[in-house]
Amino acid sequence: MTTKNNNWDYAASVESTAHIKLNKKYALYIDGKWVEPSSKKYFTTHNPHNEERIAEIADANDHDVDLAVKAADRAYKEVWSKISASERGKYIFRIARLMQEHARELAVIESLDSGKPIRESRDIDIPLACNHFFYYAGWADKLEYAFPNQKKEALGVAGQIIPWNFPLLMAAWKIAPALATGNTVVLKPAETTSLTALKLAEIIHASGLPPGVVNIVTGYGHTGAAIVSHPKVAKIAFTGSTAVGKLIQRSIAGTTKKATLELGGKSANIIFDDAPIDQAVEGIINGIFFNQGHVCCAGSRLFVQENVAEKVIRKLKHRMQSLQIGNPLDKNTDIGAINSAEQLSIINKYIKIGIKEGSEFFQSKCVLPKKGYYCAPTLFINVAQSSVLTQEEIFGPVLSIQTFRTVDEVIQKANNSPYGLAAGVWTDKGSKIFNLTSKLKAGVVWANTYNKFDPSSPFGGYKESGYGREGGLHGLAAYLK
Amino acid sequence: MTKTNDFNAVPRSPSIDKVGVEERVARFQSRSIKNDSKMQGLHMVLNMIDLTTLEGKDTPGKVRQMCFKAAHLHDSYPDLPTVAAVCVYPSMVRLAKSIVGDFGIKVASVSTAFPSGQAPMNVKISDTKYAVEHGADEIDMVISRGKFLSGEFSFVFDEISAIKEVCGDARLKVILETGELSTLDNVRKASDIAMYAGADFIKTSTGKIQPAATMQVTYTMLQAIRDFYDETGVMVGMKPAGGISNAKLALHNLVMVKEVLGQEWLTNQWFRFGASSLANDVLMQILKTDTGAYQSADYFTID
Repeated sequence: MTTKNNNWDYAASVESTAHIKLNKKYALYIDGKWVEPSSKKYFTTHNPHNEERIAEIADANDHDVDLAVKAADRAYKEVWSKISASERGKYIFRIARLMQEHARELAVIESLDSGKPIRESRDIDIPLACNHFFYYAGWADKLEYAFPNQKKEALGVAGQIIPWNFPLLMAAWKIAPALATGNTVVLKPAETTSLTALKLAEIIHASGLPPGVVNIVTGYGHTGAAIVSHPKVAKIAFTGSTAVGKLIQRSIAGTTKKATLELGGKSANIIFDDAPIDQAVEGIINGIFFNQGHVCCAGSRLFVQENVAEKVIRKLKHRMQSLQIGNPLDKNTDIGAINSAEQLSIINKYIKIGIKEGSEFFQSKCVLPKKGYYCAPTLFINVAQSSVLTQEEIFGPVLSIQTFRTVDEVIQKANNSPYGLAAGVWTDKGSKIFNLTSKLKAGVVWANTYNKFDPSSPFGGYKESGYGREGGLHGLAAYLK
Repeated sequence: MTKTNDFNAVPRSPSIDKVGVEERVARFQSRSIKNDSKMQGLHMVLNMIDLTTLEGKDTPGKVRQMCFKAAHLHDSYPDLPTVAAVCVYPSMVRLAKSIVGDFGIKVASVSTAFPSGQAPMNVKISDTKYAVEHGADEIDMVISRGKFLSGEFSFVFDEISAIKEVCGDARLKVILETGELSTLDNVRKASDIAMYAGADFIKTSTGKIQPAATMQVTYTMLQAIRDFYDETGVMVGMKPAGGISNAKLALHNLVMVKEVLGQEWLTNQWFRFGASSLANDVLMQILKTDTGAYQSADYFTID
């Protein structure tokens, strides 16, 4: 018996939201207490999948930030700098374990609030965030081994401002090393994705961490600006756009504040003709479509050696067809919702520019949900080095593809960018990998893989991608003097 | 597109990065197959099975019983498909054909001195001829792995084209015995040689060597089929055999076929499972989906 042609699709497999606990309204977490914003103002956070409101979030003003910084300063002077390093480590371990216990809830909330697929929040964001706490907890009482023969000291209050693309993970990147090195923290999550940071505040509270050691203040740019300009803040750790990074630099010029800035990128993903082609195609997909392309180190400039370009692009288009786009909570979703209407309009603006410039344009054929902020995975093929698409960061699922002929040419073109955050190199030849990794001006260079992160590995950029490193030993140094 | 019989026409196989393959496979395994998709998938799996007995101790009695099962998987449950084929040694082909032929179930015969393939060419040819003459619809040949590993690729190519000629109308499945080829680079190269030499199907294993049909190996072969199709326009089938003994793994294999090759390959014309114990696990899952409870293995017939 032979069968007819089988049209077989994946039925919806939606992660339940029954087990999550969310308040209707979130105040500010200051000095171990939930505090109403002094302005009484709240703003709404939405689910980018269906545009429904999820919760009201407090909008912190200068006064609230002042309270938070003063609480952090007091906690630093009276408690956190006095207890032993191993005690500090215990608290951080405890936070890590509590996060693991709440992993499923955190993953669902992250996907609800940010639009990222549950597959990623469940398998990547949340486990990595936990691992950052575990990793830095281990360093807390071993700093003298990390920096032998040096007398390192904490800085005091760290003001930390994080973006909306990896909300909880970025909070972990910032808070864990700051606590391990003996600093106290005032952290502001992005206004569209405050929820997991607020859940983290609940977890931190449950861990019994002394009041004021970690303070979470929510709000818009003005809240961040208040943190940056507060005189009692000793260090700014910022991840976000290059434009805001420049504002921060201006604001702290002439002060003694230390800063690490992790900014934008336009990273080159380079495919040589001797690469394992099918795995390279997978790496291209992972490089640009991971988290809807909302990744500072996204491999958004693809360089393909000209003699294999046709094949690579054909395979890429075919692979894009099997990406599932839709409800972030569906376990089969590969590409979720764009984080906000604002970001979607920025992405669409670039797509329009690309079409107008006349590069070959390709989008995977898929039915986008009617509601919510969605963008089909997009390619621009045969783009020029001088095109806006290769020069500016789009921060969405849009890949610009260029071809190259020789190694020297691709090194030159890859480095010919205001940014220098990351790069990918795909080749079967080890010597070629080492040649490129030493010549590419990028903070991270991946060989035959892309978008791999580990708490032990430092991350950061060159040029307009920022300065300072987070993760690993380097991440400790950024919080010590 | 006509197939060429020239070894020089086989293109250079791309290199395969094992770590990348493992990551891709993990993505297939994270697909969640539920409700209607699961039910439909399980029915497809049943209909893609080559129910197999390949033992030295095979007897007409054993083959007769297995053939009956092939056509009557679980008669108390309505509208179940039959398996795609039964797979036996050449000596059992005539008997198997007489039982399953009327049900539209194909008879596949292993040949070419299965499983080792260590026999002279004339023996392999007559082995295959015997099976075809006794009514085999499909021939599952083994490649000469020794020759392949000693670098005699053109020998392997020529052998496959020679067997293909003897097959006539019977479809030729070429068993690479990937467990002996050891690297994914070798698996890819052997797949390319087999397809350019005229294989209608490429098949992972004999079932006698471990590891057999791992998802990494099957994925590598599916990519080779995709590339061959893009280059020549000719569809080639895939048969993972050995080691796929539960429904979940079978469904993940279907996910892989769907995403690498497309819906066109999701029929037993182009995809088969070589398995003996898979059918009962799939039946158990189908009945569980209906009744909500797993039944004891004693409610499913062995064979």
